[in-house]
Amino acid sequence: MSLLVDILLVFQRHLRISLRNPLWIVIGISQPVAFLVLYGPLMTSTLSITGVAPERAWQTYVPGVLVQLCLFGSAFVGFGVIAEWRGGVIERLRVTPVSRVALLLGRVLRDVALLVVQAVLLVVVALPLGLRASVPGVLVALGVVTLLSLGLASLSCALALTVKSEDTLGPTLNTGLMPLLLLSGVLLPMSFAPRWLDLVSRLTPFRYIVDGMRSAFQGEVFSATVLSTVLVALSISVLSVLLGVRTYLRQSA
Amino acid sequence: MSIIEANELTRTFRSGRQSVAAVRGVNLRVEAGEIVGFLGPNGAGKTTTLRMLTTLLRPTSGTARIAGADLATAPREVRRRIGYVAQYGGTDPNALVDEELFLQARLYRIPVAPARRRVVELLEQLDLGGLGKRLVGSLSGGQRRRLDIALGLVHDPQVIFLDEPTAGLDPHSRNNLWEHTRRLREDHGTTVFLTTHYLDEADALCDRILVIDHGRIVAEDTPVNLKRQLAADVLTMEVVGDPAASQRLLAGLPGVRQAAVTSTGGIQVTLADAEQGITDVITALSGAGIGVRALQLARASLDDVFLSLTGRELRDDPQDQQSPIPTTEGADHVPAR
Repeated sequence: MSLLVDILLVFQRHLRISLRNPLWIVIGISQPVAFLVLYGPLMTSTLSITGVAPERAWQTYVPGVLVQLCLFGSAFVGFGVIAEWRGGVIERLRVTPVSRVALLLGRVLRDVALLVVQAVLLVVVALPLGLRASVPGVLVALGVVTLLSLGLASLSCALALTVKSEDTLGPTLNTGLMPLLLLSGVLLPMSFAPRWLDLVSRLTPFRYIVDGMRSAFQGEVFSATVLSTVLVALSISVLSVLLGVRTYLRQSA
Repeated sequence: MSIIEANELTRTFRSGRQSVAAVRGVNLRVEAGEIVGFLGPNGAGKTTTLRMLTTLLRPTSGTARIAGADLATAPREVRRRIGYVAQYGGTDPNALVDEELFLQARLYRIPVAPARRRVVELLEQLDLGGLGKRLVGSLSGGQRRRLDIALGLVHDPQVIFLDEPTAGLDPHSRNNLWEHTRRLREDHGTTVFLTTHYLDEADALCDRILVIDHGRIVAEDTPVNLKRQLAADVLTMEVVGDPAASQRLLAGLPGVRQAAVTSTGGIQVTLADAEQGITDVITALSGAGIGVRALQLARASLDDVFLSLTGRELRDDPQDQQSPIPTTEGADHVPAR
């Protein structure tokens, strides 16, 4: 109970600070919207050359952009942690009786909330461009986005608090995320890939996330693909939050 | 029972394969209601000790009780009873002043309505009235510092730890902050444990001073006693008459540690305590028919005390807060700016 109160207090604090500067939503969403508007038409006509129907093309493309938003929107939240650490905010809070777990979760939940809002906006923007998708499917996909961003944001905070330097955090994240992104099939479906690349991609988690979200957009909700996606997202989330909690509980962090 | 009581507090950092002892067995006692200054040159273990006493760093060995709670077994209880104001504060420039105070009050589980009252009360107490709705980032240096202190006082702690409370403040804000600190003790009986780089600050504000060097407490006493024991007042005079005869006469006086003839023919007398010694010197000279033409007195300062204790001067060095120990686990991470 006390933990929940702490989480809520920390969440409210961060949310208030974010809402005071609404620029985040513009900045956060401008890149995915650019991907939709400036790259989407190119992508969908390329897909249609290969025989994919236009509405299918958008159902393939939008989930990919959602995952991309999720990866880059959540993975870089650690920069804010470093700024707070530098400003002494984390230390000040650690001298109060507040739960260390709440310091992580309150903050990460704010990031998740903002990201889900951006994801919804993204889907709405895609509608006039030609996206047609199943409503329950989109809801499942948003659930996956929520889990994924919870995990990635926790991981980012944990990493930030461990390295404590922007100069290390940025390159580390980029090095880790870029191959994962390329191998996930976000930009083009992996079904176009040569066999070896397809195999390698099956060894990375985001491949399953993207595949399942595409299936969900097409109306599958209870298929094995979607179910395994949810399971992968859940595992990423649980493991990352645990790792984050461990890092925050460490006394020197 | 002392309100702060540390026994053989030790902290060792690992740096690669080497281990470096930053604090090597600190023993200290602070009584309730005292204002104690904690002084030490760069890397002496000051910050590490403070971080241990405030639960931010676990001691490698040794024990401490703060406001009756054991540091090792009840850190949460310690946190409830102390306030801590770090050198660079810990406010978010994008938060509102009253938001920060309210959050802090709620984290100490003060219920909503009393928390709101407490915010207003603290804003008044620290001359921040009317600034509640301002962004923290828009405050002046002195205002921000007072906000930091208000944050440390939200739950009316029995002890407050202030790390370099006046670093970087202009003289007016410094004096103002001294007033607030004194009032804390007078009005609320709060015990104040502060580190400082300004010896005049320690002199003016503190009942007692602890000096740490090489990870150990090397001296503790009132500022007056420290100066009396470890530094001297120096009296320089020009006399009408024979300087050598005056020198011989004065050297024999009780309370005179040393008397010497300077290169310009003056007399320099080192006194344990000028307040008592100066009359004796003048009386002795006039008794011997020697007139004094000019007289100059340099009182002992804490700078002299510091120099004689540590062989180093304590200066406001911007590098100071950087720990000289390369930390592998980021343990001594004082925010660097």
